[in-house]
Amino acid sequence: MEDLVLVITLLLLGYIFGRYAEKRHYKSIIQREAELSNIPVVATKLIPPQDKFISIGLVAGNVVISVDYFKRFLAGLRNLVGGRVTAYESLLDRARREAILRMKEEAKAQGANLVFNIKLETSSISKGSQNSIGSVEVLAYGTALKQER
Amino acid sequence: MLISNLEIIPGKRVKQHLGLVQGSSVRAKHVGRDIMAGLKNIFGGELKGYTELLQESREEATQRMIAQAEAVGANAVLNVRFSTSSVTAGAAELFAYGTAVILE
Repeated sequence: MEDLVLVITLLLLGYIFGRYAEKRHYKSIIQREAELSNIPVVATKLIPPQDKFISIGLVAGNVVISVDYFKRFLAGLRNLVGGRVTAYESLLDRARREAILRMKEEAKAQGANLVFNIKLETSSISKGSQNSIGSVEVLAYGTALKQER
Repeated sequence: MLISNLEIIPGKRVKQHLGLVQGSSVRAKHVGRDIMAGLKNIFGGELKGYTELLQESREEATQRMIAQAEAVGANAVLNVRFSTSSVTAGAAELFAYGTAVILE
């Protein structure tokens, strides 16, 4: 009985705080993406030969983000029936966008106006004992360039 | 020392290739951060302690790579890649590698 109360409390806490955190995070992501939209990020490694660039160097951004208890519970249920695990989809979406934003912020601080050859890397920092995802780390890195006009 | 993950640097020519340079760093998280992370696993959200930890160790791996590149007399490292692997539960290896070159 006590265990059940504990689990329900954790679920409720996870639901309330998790939803709040996610909403706030998305709001900040959307706002900062609009602010940094003047720094394009490109995934190609070949630089257009007609333009002049100054190379600034490597910029990187990383973030470790965790899913809340409620969503992990939902994902556990989803494991029984299969299908899209939306709980983790939004987690990874948030993590990737945040990592790219941090990379862009670093590029902006160094005076760049373009990030070339962006690579994204995802790794899960599991606790070892359980094989649940829990928290993920996303790293985004690329070469910051400044275009000469 | 120029660090870049491009293969060709605009406006510069590679004079000499000096081969692979690499740097790695294995870090474990400390108990205080682990407890905070445990709480965050309930509430969700960013694990700032881990973000910083991984950033620091990645910087250290990059520094070691740069030190190796300096030792062979390079002035740039091109085509840099990062990779992460968890060695045991609670420790992660951050690895950086690239090609050391002399740019004109």
